[in-house]
Amino acid sequence: MSLKPEEVEKIAGLAKLELAEDEKESFREQISSILDYVGKLAKADIGGADPMSHSVPMLNVLREDTVAACGKETRDAVVDAFPESESDMLKVKAVFS
Amino acid sequence: MDTKALTAAEIAAGLKKGDFSSREITEAYLKTAKSHSGDTHAFVVVDEDGALAAADESDSRRSKGGPVSRLDGVPVAVKDNMLVAGRRATAGSAILKDYVASYDATVVARMRQAGMPVLGHTNMDEYAMGSSTETSCHGPTRNPWDTERVPGGSSGGSAVAVAEGSAPLALGSDTGGSIRQPAALCGTVGFKPTYGRVSRYGLIALASSLDQIGPFARSVRDAADLLAVIEGRDPNDSTSVDLQTDWALPETYKDRLDGLKIGIPKEYFISGMEEGVEKAVQSAIRRFEELGAEIREISLPHSDFALAVYYILMPCEASSNLARFDGMRYGARVPAATLEETYRKSRGQGFGKEARRRIMLGTYALSAGYYDAYYLRALKVRRLIADDFIRAFTSVDCILSPTSPTVAWKLGEMLDDPLSMYLQDVFTVSVNVAGLPAISVPCGFSQGMPVGLQLIGRHFGDKTVLEAAYAFEQASGGFGEFVPAKGATSRQ
Repeated sequence: MSLKPEEVEKIAGLAKLELAEDEKESFREQISSILDYVGKLAKADIGGADPMSHSVPMLNVLREDTVAACGKETRDAVVDAFPESESDMLKVKAVFS
Repeated sequence: MDTKALTAAEIAAGLKKGDFSSREITEAYLKTAKSHSGDTHAFVVVDEDGALAAADESDSRRSKGGPVSRLDGVPVAVKDNMLVAGRRATAGSAILKDYVASYDATVVARMRQAGMPVLGHTNMDEYAMGSSTETSCHGPTRNPWDTERVPGGSSGGSAVAVAEGSAPLALGSDTGGSIRQPAALCGTVGFKPTYGRVSRYGLIALASSLDQIGPFARSVRDAADLLAVIEGRDPNDSTSVDLQTDWALPETYKDRLDGLKIGIPKEYFISGMEEGVEKAVQSAIRRFEELGAEIREISLPHSDFALAVYYILMPCEASSNLARFDGMRYGARVPAATLEETYRKSRGQGFGKEARRRIMLGTYALSAGYYDAYYLRALKVRRLIADDFIRAFTSVDCILSPTSPTVAWKLGEMLDDPLSMYLQDVFTVSVNVAGLPAISVPCGFSQGMPVGLQLIGRHFGDKTVLEAAYAFEQASGGFGEFVPAKGATSRQ
């Protein structure tokens, strides 16, 4: 299969990725050829096979809804990692505008 | 001190006898690691202060007669996607170039608890996406056997560190072969434990249902010893499981393999394999027979679909896992007029080519209208692949194959041909898809480069795999043959 240029734009939009102009074409070709390859799964006789998301049983892990303490050092490290901050607050662009 | 000639077990014994201190041995490895920074480039960063502080603590504990663990004072390197509190962890990505971890990964905490100094972080393909360690934002790592060649990947830095004597032990992560394949290409032992055996807490995720942390070592025994330190249930990783404690470390292993049944999958020995690789593996099979193992041909009928399943599931999970890197709470932010534009620019400029390619692929396969045809179908074929193994393991105890179809290739050879690069994972991905344990041990040479053989075990049959590999290693003379002759040859 061959992806269309507008499909590449659409996926990049969904993935929130800015792509360089020259990359759009090389990605289109490369992703198309990978999709061709993985398309061979259409030939697999899946019968009534159960989808397998994990190789171990997935169980919910629950705990009391209480705040777990965290040391000052850890807290500071998290705050220091903010790309932009004002005092100790994380600064972001307006979500609703 | 010749760090290239030492196993972790020998270091542990030397520390116990007082032949050297942990500080001395740690200094020797730090020195080797730094001396190779310009040629093989195994390490992204060497943590001299942290390693020596831990070494001193171990020495002081030992001199006071305090409790010491089996690997107390033995240094170890970790892949750059594992968090060490207060240290950078970049996963080879520019978007995390200045990220400093706020906590220890569980594996790191357990090694710290065991008194093991962490030498630093080793290089890797960006987000562990690759088979050559060329996609790192820190530049490529080179194979110590021939610096014109790749070390394999994605845990190439850890494999090289162990092969060249910059670390006696190292941790890697394996999503589709990222421990076993570089181990094979660099002539070291690399073990991917059963999924769920080792906690992934504090591992920067690639594909959560496939990722597993495991050891690189000079010997099978060393790999088993390190596994014993890091394994076990962790409340912070819901997929980690309670282990039975009946597992013995290698001094109790046998030198013979009488009664062991080893399966050879006929689907793995068909086409595309380098002649020298096949020869080395065939002679290893004869060695297993001499050790008393019974060799049987088996069939894994859905093998041909494994790579396709993997290259759907992995990018789908990766596209979801990497959604968190959006320039908001941590990592690099590229400022723009709107929130949406900030996301697009931060991610577009922060992620390298291969990461973006896989995010695109995963996003496409999960998008409306394609989910059933790709993701859901891949999950169903995944079941068939896992069932193939369950069926095979009713008649054999482990399965043998080459680790990689070829030896290490030249840098740049496949960088712009992602599909060819992906085909290098053909023997390793099924193991992750089914969640099984598998080891790669060196078994010979082709074109003067090391060849690895893979042994796959039953779900949580890690011990059987280690025992078989141990007997093979003993019979074939151990790691002595697999030391890069003069270390890194200089770049031309």
